[in-house]
Amino acid sequence: MQAVRMSMGAAVLAMAFAANAAEVEVLHWWTSGGEAKAAGELKKMLEAKGYKWKDFAVAGGAGENAMTALKARVVSGNPPAAAQIKGPAIQEWGAEGVLASIDDVAKKDGWDKVLPPAVSSVMKYKGQYVAAPVNVHRVNWLWVNPLLLKKANVKAPTTWEEFFKVADALKKAGIQPVAYGGQPWQDATVFETVALGVGGADFYKKAFVQLDQPTLKGPTMVKVLETYKRIKPYTDKASAGREWNLVTSMVINGTAAMQFMGDWAKGEFLAAGKVPGKDFLCVAAPGTASAYTFNIDSFVMFKLPNKNAVKGQKNLAETLMSPQFQELFNLNKGSIPARMGMDMSKFDECGKKSAEDFKADAAKGTLLPSFAHGMAMSSATQGAMYDVISQFWNDDAASAQKTAEKLATAAKVR
Amino acid sequence: MSAISRPAHYGFAEHWLPRLVLAPSFLLVLVFLYGFIAWNGALSFTASRLLPNYEWVGLAQYEALFASERWWVAVHNLFIFGVLFIGGAMVVGIVLAILLDQKVRAEGTLRTIYLYPLALSFIVTGTAWGWMLNPGLGLEKLMHDWGYAGFSFDWLVNPDRSIYTIVIAGIWQSSGFVMALFLAGLRGIDDSIIKAAQIDGAGLPRIYWRIVLPAMRPVFFSTLMILTHIAIKSFDLVMALTGGGPGFSSDLPATFMYQMAFTRGQMGLGAASAMMMLLTVSAIVVPYLYSELRRSRHV
Repeated sequence: MQAVRMSMGAAVLAMAFAANAAEVEVLHWWTSGGEAKAAGELKKMLEAKGYKWKDFAVAGGAGENAMTALKARVVSGNPPAAAQIKGPAIQEWGAEGVLASIDDVAKKDGWDKVLPPAVSSVMKYKGQYVAAPVNVHRVNWLWVNPLLLKKANVKAPTTWEEFFKVADALKKAGIQPVAYGGQPWQDATVFETVALGVGGADFYKKAFVQLDQPTLKGPTMVKVLETYKRIKPYTDKASAGREWNLVTSMVINGTAAMQFMGDWAKGEFLAAGKVPGKDFLCVAAPGTASAYTFNIDSFVMFKLPNKNAVKGQKNLAETLMSPQFQELFNLNKGSIPARMGMDMSKFDECGKKSAEDFKADAAKGTLLPSFAHGMAMSSATQGAMYDVISQFWNDDAASAQKTAEKLATAAKVR
Repeated sequence: MSAISRPAHYGFAEHWLPRLVLAPSFLLVLVFLYGFIAWNGALSFTASRLLPNYEWVGLAQYEALFASERWWVAVHNLFIFGVLFIGGAMVVGIVLAILLDQKVRAEGTLRTIYLYPLALSFIVTGTAWGWMLNPGLGLEKLMHDWGYAGFSFDWLVNPDRSIYTIVIAGIWQSSGFVMALFLAGLRGIDDSIIKAAQIDGAGLPRIYWRIVLPAMRPVFFSTLMILTHIAIKSFDLVMALTGGGPGFSSDLPATFMYQMAFTRGQMGLGAASAMMMLLTVSAIVVPYLYSELRRSRHV
């Protein structure tokens, strides 16, 4: 079946590419403001090298629609040159036998030297590069409105003990302490941040990367769950189902003081004309200053039968990893370059801090994949975890002990 | 000679033309409906993950499905939603139809007003009701702003109640449609029967209960059929109103299937849940069709 599919696809593609030889088709879901601008830069760079960029943009934030479209294209044997896929999903696609190796490009440009192993291992399938990373998002941030903290006469918290004290003080001053979005992925985002803060990097790695059963069921996990649930009284009732950007706008407008979210939230602050360090603060979430949960966007290369198209694809990979593109793209997107050792002078305060921490944590081995953002486990396992965490958050009677056991069961879903 | 051949030629056309005309659509239905149902059935016995593959695993996907807590929440919700939505839309629709049938003034306008929700998609309905029921934006905030500080209506964000908000929006959407069907049925009833009953001294409620409604059996059943399949395939309303949440408390089998097959890379499990939905629909439709077809043959 695989062979039939591929050869059918080969025939279709051969016909398609005979007409315009050097065309690079890229599937992505960068359709919102800053993202679309970033994609436009990539297009310009490729066209300067003499390739024709063919946009295959599918709207929809988390890329669900794009993935459905991609599956249809791959099954029909007509994949695009590259598609925006990240994390362990790269391995899942690799297992389907449809990805192309770009190891020669990676060797030539020395990717192994500029990427920390925690990142490059995600980009490889069976030891060969099949994907190029374009950015690094840090997930374990706490976004703070400093004016509200001043009103309550408190400072941004650095530990969980402090966090609850600050939250109490804010509540007393009549300010809603935490802005929260009750969607499963946001529940998981806050949960993993709490887990990292309470349990530390080793616990995080054991629980969510190695899916170690005793750790998932153990007393530390119970404590993590209890701490996570303690946040709930500091959120408002209407938070269920709220979109993350609406949550951020609550911090911007001063209706709530803090939000746990990755650094894509920075884009919202900047778009509202706020200045980092003055109108808003980016601090590492309580207890997580010495670790870094990452969410990396990458482009995965698909097997193409046409030689010219393959050339275009390799050129695309080269361009994606070039320092110029990484800088331009990330200035627009709010994240930091995946390449290390780049000049960060054009980036803002949060970006600089993120890049410094990224380097330090890469050296210490505390770069951790964010499981809430599809970097640590298969989508099936991740989904099962989401279910358990959301249910725990929403059910006020749920027991932390039983939920820890449910997490362990969820980790067995493969 | 031509007089003889012409009827023969005509007979050939009469024999083959309908088949020829129907063949393409028959073929399309055969492939794209039954063919894909069969393919889905086959997938539900495989280990398909991200993409379809054909590694046979027997009933493992069904076992996983029945072991899944979330699936049973979805089934339980479907039961609540089905019963309340179908019952509610029926009752509201029939009552509206009967009231409108009293030769009221401006009936046309009223009918349009009641029927209008049907012109909106479930997505619009879900989004609008999502705003109205949101405690931070809608009804609850309005009442608080008006000074009723103790007022609380937070079903949308309460995991034990969220499914009922879907029922409310569903009834709002569909009862106008039920009304239209029943109104057409009511208009089809012979006036003289009602007049005769009135002469015999029966009151209006009695006339409706004993004479009119029983005469509307076919309308009743076709409405039931339509509402049932709306309930079972209901997807867009849930996605727009609650997104299946809080958590997965308002999940229905249709949203479960989509999540598993397309976002979680568990295509086999999704296929198995789709088969369960198909079986549920056929458990209702097949006996109905059977009884209807038998009736028409005998009558």
